[in-house]
This record gives sequence, structure tokens and C-alpha cells, in this order.
Amino acid sequence: MSARDRILGNVRSALGRAEPDDKTRAAYDARFDAHTRNTVPARASVPHAALIERFIAEAHLVGATTARLDRLDDVPAAVASYLRDKNLPARIRVAPALQSMSWGEQPVEVGYGKAEPSDTATLTRALAGVAETGTLLLTSGPQTPTTLNFLPDANLVVLTETDIVGAYEDGWDRVRALGATPRAVNFVTGPSRTADIAQELILGAHGPIDLHILVLKN
Amino acid sequence: MKSTAHDFKENAHKALHDTELREALSVVGKNFILKRRLAADALPEFETLRDEAVEIKKRTLNELDLHLERFERKVIEHGGQVHWCIDAAAARETVLSICRSVNAKTVTKGKSMLGEEIGINGFLEANNIRPIETDLGEYIIQLADEPPSHIIAPAVHKTKSQIADLFEKHHKLPRSMDGEALVAEARAMLRQAYFDADVGITGANFLVAETGSSVIVTNEGNGDLTQTLPQIHIVLASIEKMVPTFEDMATILRVLARSATGQQMSVYTTVSTGARRAEDPDGPEQYHVVMIDQGRSAMLGTELQDLLRCIRCGACMNHCPIYHAVGGHAYGYVYPGPIGAALDPALLGVAEALHLPNASTFCGRCEEVCPMRIPLPKIMRHWRERAFEDGIQPVVQRSAIRLWAFFARNPLLYRLNTRAAMWALHALGAARGRFKSLPFASGWTAGRDLPAPQGGTFHAQWAAKKGRTK
Repeated sequence: MSARDRILGNVRSALGRAEPDDKTRAAYDARFDAHTRNTVPARASVPHAALIERFIAEAHLVGATTARLDRLDDVPAAVASYLRDKNLPARIRVAPALQSMSWGEQPVEVGYGKAEPSDTATLTRALAGVAETGTLLLTSGPQTPTTLNFLPDANLVVLTETDIVGAYEDGWDRVRALGATPRAVNFVTGPSRTADIAQELILGAHGPIDLHILVLKN
Repeated sequence: MKSTAHDFKENAHKALHDTELREALSVVGKNFILKRRLAADALPEFETLRDEAVEIKKRTLNELDLHLERFERKVIEHGGQVHWCIDAAAARETVLSICRSVNAKTVTKGKSMLGEEIGINGFLEANNIRPIETDLGEYIIQLADEPPSHIIAPAVHKTKSQIADLFEKHHKLPRSMDGEALVAEARAMLRQAYFDADVGITGANFLVAETGSSVIVTNEGNGDLTQTLPQIHIVLASIEKMVPTFEDMATILRVLARSATGQQMSVYTTVSTGARRAEDPDGPEQYHVVMIDQGRSAMLGTELQDLLRCIRCGACMNHCPIYHAVGGHAYGYVYPGPIGAALDPALLGVAEALHLPNASTFCGRCEEVCPMRIPLPKIMRHWRERAFEDGIQPVVQRSAIRLWAFFARNPLLYRLNTRAAMWALHALGAARGRFKSLPFASGWTAGRDLPAPQGGTFHAQWAAKKGRTK
């Protein structure tokens, strides 16, 4: 008998369950269409303007920084000034999703694609922001490579106000709306941290030391 | 991992006399408890969410076979593979054969308690594959050649000074006592390892039946680098990690970090579904879930089934006075603290882990804070009873329990004897008010005096007051 059959057999006999028939299996699979929610905290069900404020406040609480911009064209200038203020090298790896953006005269060296070991700063686009805990939803794919989220010292993320939702469940509905599930969905709440050395909280363990969210009005 | 749980008494004794351990543990009782309290109080729905999380896991376990089947089907649909393993030995062989398929030299590892359970590091080393722990706490104890002493803070038993010594010795850099500098040092040391590794191994906090996804919850980002950069991602997961849907996972996530570290949400919650898609620029080309039973199915349908709800948050040990006193290593196996005292006997056998369910004051704080409301004291009591029934306790202890049971079943005799004993102790000790030593009570009096009884018994006082409290 295969290990699979043994384990499933052990589980069934422990629970006193017979091997399910096709009807039981079909009824079981059908339950997944309902997307039934459990209790969602009330803080996630407030008017959209309040959700935006909550998202930003929560992001600050976990050590992220934010800038509010009117539109995508404002991003390059905001990136250039961020890199300058942080004393980071004037170069950035950008997600292909943002390739249409014009960098004009900005003194920043721009490369596109997945992150490379030498990249100190990256810029990507979030699928959504979850207000309840200031959490970003980042998805893998050719337009938004996953390594951008983890390799650099500073990770900059573009998030549109209309993509700010209340609860994790709302965020996951956005993922479902993509159709196929991406290989990776990253819920990111603040920059990397550790307390493994004598319980002292230190930012920037292995992932980004800085997380900067550019919140766009449009 | 090889157990030393049978040596708990000696281990605990050593721990109590280890001054550096005392210093390291002194923060556990304060930090974790306060932070959890604040996080729980800040979310009005917290208790409701706990109740729902318990129900979700109960429902899931009752249909575990259906969830496992669907999970497997969905993993395959997304280009991944599921390897079913009945026990630790099978799991180790499976991991090794995947590593060998690409001639792996080094393997990076995210934190996995199941990895400790199956002893994967030692096994890979014995087969000339170098495992590199990337979680900072795990990295520290790998340098020190020690097992973790806590399930979410593996190096919590180490002082900063001990870590500085370890880094100086292994990194060959000037010694630093600055926390940020030490973290930066480890970050720099591990950077290249992520790129060089042929395989990345992580654990799983959840397996989601809906899509066949595995989920890790971390703060450092090491787990994500571990699973994104090498060509192969191996997930070590035991069968009870299953949740049906994302909605269900969201509910449990809301109690997980709050119970563990007092964060509202851990920094990185990563949902992995299958291997790199054809058009993806990054991510592993192969995705393997090693699905391990290792004693779990045997707990289903028994009084131990409640243990399978555990989400490994560590709240029970963070709130345990015994854990605060002796630390995690004294328990001698993968899972320390109250969850270990309840779970280790199931994994190791009650004879090996006999002392662990006795290492409790039954104060009940563990059950009070457990987000999954696992009745830990009840399960410890179950093991104590089992140990008595199996006749594996020492003769003196068994005889003492028998003697007490005889009197407890004869209330009249019990009262007569306690009255006589109290009177005698009062007569002997009233003058000084306390005893420095007493026959049969050296376990107590070695460390402190025993107050002399006032003369009356509880029963006598109860009868006199007729149940009034004042």
C-alpha cells in the first residue's frame, strides 16, 4: 500500500469515516465557491476615506513610511528624492508593470525586471493594501517579480488609493479576480525585522530595511 | 531530534543554576506577556476570533481526508508535487532524494519545527549536503550546535554577550555588542548563501485546501529568500496544518501573531502555490510538498485530537512559570513548555517523556492564552494517569499516590488523620512558626521554610463557618 493510501486510510479509520463517494466529493468541492467569511473586524468596514487613513496610520505603526502623490507621473521625482534623503545610490530596479512611467530628467539609473544581487533599491506595484493592519498585497508574475520585494535594502511600492481595501478577505477577493492564482502572494506588513538577539527589536533582518509606500490618488 | 526528555530533572536542575540562562530568560516573562495583552485588548473581536479559529480547526480535522485529497490535486494542477511520508525516516529519504536529483551541495533553510522533529539537518550533513539555517535565531543556534529552546524564538536562551562571542568566533570579525551591528553581520554572511543554494527548505504554517497553497508566516524575510532564489523549494508540512479556505486562514492569522509576539500581523505572510509559471522571471522551478504524518493520524479520534489544532504560536510557553524558570532545553525535545508537556509524550512515548506532564503547576495560564483553546492541563493530566496505569512511575511515587487514594476514599479516616497531623505539626512548630526541615519534605524545605500549621484543618474551619467566607 502506498504511503498516501496508508495516511488517508489511517485518517479515515481514526475519524470513523468511509471512503467518500463521488457525490460527497462533489458536494465538498462545491463548498469552495461560496467564499464564506467568518467574523471580520469592524475596523475593516468603514467608509473608503477612513480606510485610506487607517492603512497609512497602521503602516506607520509597523515602521513603513509613506508619501501621498496625485498620479503615477509624480512617482519618479518622489523616488529620486527618497533615494537622496536616504543616502542610497541613485539607481533603482523597477517592476515591468511600471515601465510606461517616464523618468524624464530625474538623475536616477533605472533598470527593469527581477531584482539582482547588487540592487540596493527596488520599485514595484501592489495589487492591494489592507487597511486593518497596513498590509500590502504583492503578487508574483512577469509584471511584478517577487525578488523585488525581498532582495533590496529599500523596497518602494506604488499603491493606488482605490486598491486600498478593509480586510484580508477583501484583498484575497482581488487575488481571485486575477483568475489564476499567482505562484506567490506576499502579505507584507512593514519592513523586515527580528528580535532574535536578546529580544531587542531590530529592523532589516534579511528583507528590506526600509519599506516606502507611494500612495497614489489616481 | 534525539530526546533527552527522560533527563528532565537533571536538565532542569542544571538550568536553574545557569546564570546566563537566567539572564536570558528574564525578559521572556515580561515582554511576551505584556505585548500579547496589549494586542489582544486592541482588537475588540479577539475572543470571538479565537472561538471561530477553534471551530475552523475542529471542522477541518473532522474532514481531514477530503482536505488532504483536494490539497494534493490543487498542488499538482499548479505544477507542484506532493510526497506522502508516514514517518520521519520516510520524510528524510524523500528530502534527500530531491536534493540528490540536482546534486545539491548546500541547502538554505527557513525555520521549521517539523524539520527539527525529523532531524533533517543532521541527516543532510551525514549525506554531504550542507544545511544553512537562515532565520537569525536558528542561525545562532546552528553556530552554537544546539537545538532551539523556543518554538518562535529559538535562541531566546542566549544572551547578547554569548551571541557576540559566537559571531566573533565564526565570522572572524571584531567582536561587537551592538544589536544592529550583529544583525547586519548575519545579514551579510547569509546573503551569498541564498544565491548559492541549490534547494530551499521551509516549513508551513498553513496548507490551504482551496488552492493547494502552502503558507509561511515570518518577520525576517529569510523564508522568502530561501524559497524564491534556489531552483527547488521543498515544503515540510505535517497533515494537521490544513485549513479549508483563505477566509478561514484570515481568521486564524488574526489570532496567530497577536498571541505569539503581540504583533497585529507578522511582517511576511507568504502564500505559495505551485512552481514558477512559464512566464515568471523568478521563483523556484520545482515545488515539492513533503506531507508528513509522523504520529498525527494516531491522535485523531482520541483525547489528543485537540493538540492537532496547535498553530505553534508559543503563547503557552511565554506564559508558563515552569518554562520561565528552566527554559526550553530542559524539556529535552523539539516542543518545550506546556505544548511540549502535552505533545511530546504522544510523539516519544509516555515512558520517555514521563516527567514533562509533571513539570506543571496546573496554574492554567497556558490554556487561558492558547488561541486555539487547547485544554493543555487536561491533556497533561491524561498523561499522568496513563503513566500511573502503565506502572512506569517510580515505586515511591506510586505507593504515595496509593496511600493518599486510600485515605481520600475514606473521608472519616482522612479527616481524623489530617486533624492529628495538623495538631502534631502545630504543637511541634508553633513556637518558631516555621520548619527548617521535616522528614519526607526535604524537596520543599531545601529551598525555603515550611510555615507551621495554625492547628485547625480546612474541613474544621468550613464546618465552623458553615460556608460563609467571612
